[in-house]
Amino acid sequence: MTNKTQRCYILKLVKTEDKQQILTFINGGTDHATPSSAELIEEDPNDPYEERGLIFPSGEINWNCPCLGGMASGPCGTEFKDAFSCFHYSKEEVKGSECLEQFRAMQECMQRYPELYPQEDEKVQEYERSSETKQTSQDSASAETSFLQSL
Amino acid sequence: MRIQDHTLTLSLSPASAFCLSLSLLFIFIFFQIFLLHFLSGDSLPASLQFPSHTPYLLIGGGTASFAAARSIRARDPGAKVLIVTDEPVPPYMRPPLSKELWFSDDPSVTETLRFKQWNGKERSIYFQPPSFYISAEELDGAENGGVAVLTSKTVVHMDVRGNKIKLDDNTEISYDKCLIATGGVPRSLQVIERAGEEVMKRTTLFRKVSDFKSLDKVSRNIKSITIIGGGFLGSELACALGRRSTECDLEVIQMFPEKGNMGKVLPEYLSNWTTEKVKKEGVKVISEALVKSVVCKDEKLEIQLKDGRLVKTDHIVAAVGLEPNVDLAKSAGLEVDSDFGGFRVNAELQARSNIWVAGDAACFYDIRLGRRRVEHHDHAVVSGRLAGENMTGANKPYWHQSMFWSDLGPDVGYEAIGIVDSSLPTVGVFAKATSKDTPKAATEKSGTGIRSESETEDTAVSPVASPTPAPPAVLQKDEYGKGVIFYLRDKVVVGIILWNVFNRMPVARKIIKDGEQHVDLNEVAKLFNIHDD
Repeated sequence: MTNKTQRCYILKLVKTEDKQQILTFINGGTDHATPSSAELIEEDPNDPYEERGLIFPSGEINWNCPCLGGMASGPCGTEFKDAFSCFHYSKEEVKGSECLEQFRAMQECMQRYPELYPQEDEKVQEYERSSETKQTSQDSASAETSFLQSL
Repeated sequence: MRIQDHTLTLSLSPASAFCLSLSLLFIFIFFQIFLLHFLSGDSLPASLQFPSHTPYLLIGGGTASFAAARSIRARDPGAKVLIVTDEPVPPYMRPPLSKELWFSDDPSVTETLRFKQWNGKERSIYFQPPSFYISAEELDGAENGGVAVLTSKTVVHMDVRGNKIKLDDNTEISYDKCLIATGGVPRSLQVIERAGEEVMKRTTLFRKVSDFKSLDKVSRNIKSITIIGGGFLGSELACALGRRSTECDLEVIQMFPEKGNMGKVLPEYLSNWTTEKVKKEGVKVISEALVKSVVCKDEKLEIQLKDGRLVKTDHIVAAVGLEPNVDLAKSAGLEVDSDFGGFRVNAELQARSNIWVAGDAACFYDIRLGRRRVEHHDHAVVSGRLAGENMTGANKPYWHQSMFWSDLGPDVGYEAIGIVDSSLPTVGVFAKATSKDTPKAATEKSGTGIRSESETEDTAVSPVASPTPAPPAVLQKDEYGKGVIFYLRDKVVVGIILWNVFNRMPVARKIIKDGEQHVDLNEVAKLFNIHDD
């Protein structure tokens, strides 16, 4: 949190001749010191129109999340979906431990496309290492993230 | 000649018994000719080609089409997607063609088409390398489906009743769902069209990879270049060429009818400020310029302006807008919008059953902002994605508002969202900026490269931080350091520009989505926390 009083702004209030275009210069320290009184409409978490992140409110995986890049749509998309689904729904103590076959299939596929999936060896090794550590169901959101990070 | 995938889709209706025997006859003939081809090396006569079929047909190979392909593949497991493009290359992103590619130090950039992003990471303009795609022949038999791209093919006819299209080589392809993402072609100026061959061959209409390559080459071999047009493309090209003018002996002129650069977008005070910035990039700006005629004399172009001024130059780049490509409207029986141009579609981007339109060519109904047509990269991504979702059964309207951005070098940039038209009343709230308030610093902080929020290559994880040098200590001396500009229509904010304020687009998007009448816009400006960083 920056110390606002250290900022050195010049206080100015200018209105242009063209009344269509109002122009205001503010002193950050004083003009914006109090919180905004503007009201924003409360978000509906179940709004069907809204873009969603990686996991839908229902718990299902949003394969169309921009965050996945080309993973679910490329040549190894099917293998990726199988592996990640298995991981996501895994209730094992070591999350995803029953998914090794799917991950091998994914790895094999990715090795056929080194241009698209570079350094996949290192990344799968990283995944295998991280899956050895215990993860609780409360960590599932971060589990997804660390899974993706290992890719 | 490529051998198409000629698998017949045999209908199950009883009426096709006759067709079935005919088809078998054709298969027999085809097989004979196929053998002959193998033996003699002759190409297949066009008259004996069958219709081939694809579940998902995407007409056009640009950003919207690629985004749709990705969306379809994500949602429909094993989907088979065929992209047909008249360009000789697979889908690529357009913004670097007028920005990053020009700043590359690599002398072979016109071949590699790779650029360095602000965060130091290099990437290609192509969305995916060739290994991402499968060949058209393999598409039908691919167990897990895939995306195939037919390059250098133009769709010349669309039969909506028969759910099929015809290519310029007479191949017919039938589809289940079709996306039209044909984009557009750059507008020309009538004065140039009328001016004849010698002028036209010294004029570039800039849009594609091939235009970038030829303009790069031309700009190295001439003494003077003039850009006609003061909008995004014209200003970006002017700045890019202006930078180059310092290295080689090149005069860069930019002329346009407005009073300042981005005159149709930015309020006057910012347009003036931007014009000064463009001049500092080495560009000779001629504002309030209307071209009356252009002639070629002794290998030099002479541009006569309506106010009498004469400008002599070697080459012209026309950046005066885009003409949406609606060539298929007639054969397909699709509606064309007379106000905005483009195919008229509903809020779900649908033109007719089984046909959607996305990107530059789509004139769509925006629930919040009304009917419009948008020509920006992020809109192509957002609308392409949405079309792909709806082609796989989603039925969602256009709702996530797309954004756009422009940089005038590493020190000044802005992001914008919604309707940003300088004829609307505006309210601007500004503060002084520091060295942290630059596009360069913003991308370094967020780890992203190209600054589109929904860009197709974005990842959920922060990439490995590469060591970056400290941003230059540039303190904006002038007053428009950083700020927010609201564009109003009937007292509702319909557009927002974030001027040197980065990573705040979600707030801007929310304000527009709400569509509320706010009493005090300074209070709304506070929501951006432009002082916290």
